[in-house]
Amino acid sequence: MLLSLVVFLPMVFALLLAFARGKATIRMAALVLSIVEFLVSLLILKHFDIRSAELQLVENVPWVSRFGINYFLGIDGISLWLVILTTFLLPITVLASWKSIDEKVGGFHICLFALQTAMLGTFLSMDSILFYVFWELSLIPMYFIIGIWGGPRRIYATVKFFLYTMLGSVLMLIGIIYMIHLTGKVNGVFSASFLDFYKLEIPFVGGSLLSPQALLFFAFALAFAIKVPLFPFHTWLPDAHVEAPTPGSVILAGVMLKMGTYGFMRLAIPLFPEASVYWSWLFCLLAVAGIIYGALVAMVQTDIKKLVAYSSVSHMGYVILGLFALNSYGATGALYQMLSHGISTGALFLLVGMIYERTHSREISKYGGLAIALPIYSIVFFIVTLSSIAVPITNGFIGEFFILLGAFAKDKTFAIPATLGVVLGATYMLWMFKKVFFGVEGEIVRQMDKQPHRDLSKRELGLMLPLLIVIFWMGIFPDHFLRWSKSSLDHYVNNFSNYELTITPGAK
Amino acid sequence: MDLNVLVCTLVAAPLLGFLINGFRFRSENGIIAGVIGTASVITSFVCSVLVWLSLAQRPEAARFLRLHLFKWVEAGDFVANIGFIIDPLSVIMLLVITGVGSLIHLFSIGYMSHDHRPAKYFAYLNLFIFNMLLLVLGDNLLLMFVGWEGVGLCSYLLIGFWFTDQEKAAAGMKAFITNRIGDAGFLLGIFMLFIASGSVDFFELWQWAPSVTESAWLSPVTLACIFLFIGAIGKSAQIPLYVWLPDAMAGPTPVSALIHAATMVTAGVYMIVRLNPVFIVAPNAMLIVAWVGALTAFFAATIALTQNDIKKVLAYSTVSQLGYMFLGAGVGAFGAAMFHLVTHAFFKALMFLGAGSVIHAMAGEQDIRKMGGLKKKMPITHLTFFLGWLAIIGVPPFAGFFSKDEILWLTLQSPLGSKMLWLIGGATAGLTAFYMTRLMLLTFWGKSRVPKEVHPHESPMVMTFPLMILGLLSVIGGWIGVPHVFAELPGIGGLFHHIPNILEHWLDKSLSPIPGIAEASAALEFSAMASTLLVVGASVIAAVLCYSPKNNLSERISLKFSGLHRLLLNKYWVDEFYFSRIINPLIECSRGLWLYIDVNFIDRMTFVAGDIARGAGSFMRGLQNGNVQYYAFYIVAGVVGVIMMCSQW
Repeated sequence: MLLSLVVFLPMVFALLLAFARGKATIRMAALVLSIVEFLVSLLILKHFDIRSAELQLVENVPWVSRFGINYFLGIDGISLWLVILTTFLLPITVLASWKSIDEKVGGFHICLFALQTAMLGTFLSMDSILFYVFWELSLIPMYFIIGIWGGPRRIYATVKFFLYTMLGSVLMLIGIIYMIHLTGKVNGVFSASFLDFYKLEIPFVGGSLLSPQALLFFAFALAFAIKVPLFPFHTWLPDAHVEAPTPGSVILAGVMLKMGTYGFMRLAIPLFPEASVYWSWLFCLLAVAGIIYGALVAMVQTDIKKLVAYSSVSHMGYVILGLFALNSYGATGALYQMLSHGISTGALFLLVGMIYERTHSREISKYGGLAIALPIYSIVFFIVTLSSIAVPITNGFIGEFFILLGAFAKDKTFAIPATLGVVLGATYMLWMFKKVFFGVEGEIVRQMDKQPHRDLSKRELGLMLPLLIVIFWMGIFPDHFLRWSKSSLDHYVNNFSNYELTITPGAK
Repeated sequence: MDLNVLVCTLVAAPLLGFLINGFRFRSENGIIAGVIGTASVITSFVCSVLVWLSLAQRPEAARFLRLHLFKWVEAGDFVANIGFIIDPLSVIMLLVITGVGSLIHLFSIGYMSHDHRPAKYFAYLNLFIFNMLLLVLGDNLLLMFVGWEGVGLCSYLLIGFWFTDQEKAAAGMKAFITNRIGDAGFLLGIFMLFIASGSVDFFELWQWAPSVTESAWLSPVTLACIFLFIGAIGKSAQIPLYVWLPDAMAGPTPVSALIHAATMVTAGVYMIVRLNPVFIVAPNAMLIVAWVGALTAFFAATIALTQNDIKKVLAYSTVSQLGYMFLGAGVGAFGAAMFHLVTHAFFKALMFLGAGSVIHAMAGEQDIRKMGGLKKKMPITHLTFFLGWLAIIGVPPFAGFFSKDEILWLTLQSPLGSKMLWLIGGATAGLTAFYMTRLMLLTFWGKSRVPKEVHPHESPMVMTFPLMILGLLSVIGGWIGVPHVFAELPGIGGLFHHIPNILEHWLDKSLSPIPGIAEASAALEFSAMASTLLVVGASVIAAVLCYSPKNNLSERISLKFSGLHRLLLNKYWVDEFYFSRIINPLIECSRGLWLYIDVNFIDRMTFVAGDIARGAGSFMRGLQNGNVQYYAFYIVAGVVGVIMMCSQW
């Protein structure tokens, strides 16, 4: 029952919040409840068997038995940390919204909790239809978060966001339906379970786009690639980020993008191994293109938030590169990079939001000399910058290192340009840091000087502190995290061509 | 005391110093911050000495110890630990880093006494020492890389220490990014080496390397070494990535002494020496190392001839001396490279601190054309700088003589070296003597050109004391590596029979011998030595003649060869070239990418797709016009269509 509790507790909280009145009450209640949810999710660690590569804490109840659709939840080393990441970021997001969201506070928190349920459900579903339901469900609260609490061009951004992701989702739905149909054809009974999907042998013809496996692979891959977003499907992201309110950006970059890479890891690659191997060059190519392109374009942005958004394109390119390296270094690196990107980019969006609340501007050229005006803020920003450019002993390094090692082991032609991306990553971040924090005080900073208490408040410090701790924790003791995933990752890599997930008999 | 405890203490002390000063970064009390910072490094130094002593007591073969702390990271068969390596090589580096580091921290107390952020300064400096220790002690390539990037980060922070000046901040950024290019190479080197050998652990790499034989240019170990050397090129400021080091002089002068002369920039040399069993099996890579080193040595020395900023002269000199070290390493003379690393740390730290003392006295003035005659005003600074001058130009028996001579001699003698390399090295020795003599003449000797409003004065004891110690080391530092050939000297040779080559013995087990090196006659070695000395002597005389106040020879020469002079004064326009040919086009290209791909292409495509969908929708809507006859027609057409499709199957 634990997984169901983790998934649906936020939904219950959302309902509870509907009855709460008064901004302060709602905010405090939401904070406490989200922390409760985080603590509950930590219980998973207590019951999780670290040595097992099997699906754990399984819950499997028939839902639409005629088509073999079940309410089927389970967790393994691949989804474990993504779940914890989601529950970890939510209290921080709630706390961050205290100043940036001042209208319809109740509705906002309801959306946030509903979104949490949807995201957790996506990571924990082991049934394709259930997965699809959660996947689509996550769009709706995010649509409202950007559309109601967003910036001036929010409608344009939401429409674009919705159009892109819907296009992918529809293809995925077709793919899922076809897979269910296949299970019926092969086994005589329909099944929507991932576990049965894994067992299917789908014919593949190398070079032909029209063989069933290639078609299915691309149907799934396109849905996930848009979500990640993989170059050239990325243009919805900068707009969505710029228009989204800070908490929306944090969740979007921190968790929602990982739904795409998780989809590759859970579905597209293990379901269609031949197609994945055959087409891996294409994905590596697009990933490297995204790494370089995202970094180059980030370099010429004038809006801080847009710069961070494009940096996400670059960082998520690394994840895809790691996944399609199709070896254990790449897979480990990709998984770690997902987590660390969630932390560091989430933190960057929070910091950008904090300065925006003070100055109402994100124009890089109007800043300058912020390091004198806001020393503590600058230190925090600098540490997060280091994590973003993957300096060792911060979280970013481990993921990037293993991804590049994996890519190198697979094919040097992709690894060498991707490694150059490391240089570009430092360039745009440090360039922005120099413009905003160094030099003489810019026009906005001088105006701000008149305000008292302009440096980070206790609330802001309090919400950044857990992130800073995790940045170093993940950088210095990566094994604390990776050892939970090791069995699953080894299983994933070693049984690549005939991947299966099992459940211990006797478990529910 | 237990060795492990000592090693942990010596690493932890600067980290603790960083944390204490870091948390009180607002403090303006320079004395307290300075004492905390200095004490932590002195603690490290004391521990280093104890480690050295306890290592020296062990038999030679048992001097390779490893302190395993914990497993850091693992993926597949890749494992990297947090563990330290304690061997003769790392102990030399420990002594240099913490020893010179302590003196520079001490000096900084005086130098930074007027700054209003001393705690921050000492915090960064301690963090640097910590990272440098990680780099040196790490028992695998990945941990070395942690220190490697860490020192780069501290360098960035310290170069941009006075960040309100946009130019200084830019210099810091330039240093970091140029280093990052090297770091990318270093990473590729790690990957390559790991895939070839299956390990990143130094002990395992040493054992594995001798089994490799390769001669092709693109064989894995050669490529790995070349990639790693790209890392060294970045960190140790060699052609073509040296451009950051002269700009790095924007930082406080003690920082230049510590980071950009004595320790960090030598990390590349240390890395190659650390991996010498691997490099020695890749002769092609060694060839590149030697040539890049030699060319950088020469090229940087020519630029130093014309610079007017006291720190810039020293910066180009550092680039040039680092080139010597790589020349040594490249011809297989790893011991000589380490030797020069040590002596250079002494005399270049001395000269930078001396320059700091001068700049401090001159109220921030760095232009040597506005100095002159400082000998009388600053006797201690002058005397110690004078010793540094003797050491760097290589006058026997000062420190630089022995180490430079060993490099040059082995360049000539080693089968990996060549006469051409030796000639370049010898010519560089001449250039070095010339520009250093010029620096002495313009700064300390001759008539004073100091502006009236500036009143130079000798620096306080806290600054002159480190100068004196380093001065002493510049004199005697070379005596740890007296060549055996001195015993053959006619007449006084007997005196040298009892002076062992301490450094050679100490490093004996750590270094691979140069393959196929021949015994050489003492006469040849002496004549090589004598010819270098002759070049040096001639260059000193030439410099004195050029810059003597009686004739304005230097001006006449620079007028006569004005093209060449401008070329050197403008540093061959390399920076301008990088900007106009690489950086600006890259930025333009990025802007183009963004405008033409993101904004004008992909987005437009999206909306075109949207319009098509809407168009299709309205077309379909038109079909549903409510007219039953039309619907009947659709049904019939549909049925016919289905039948046709089925019949084809």
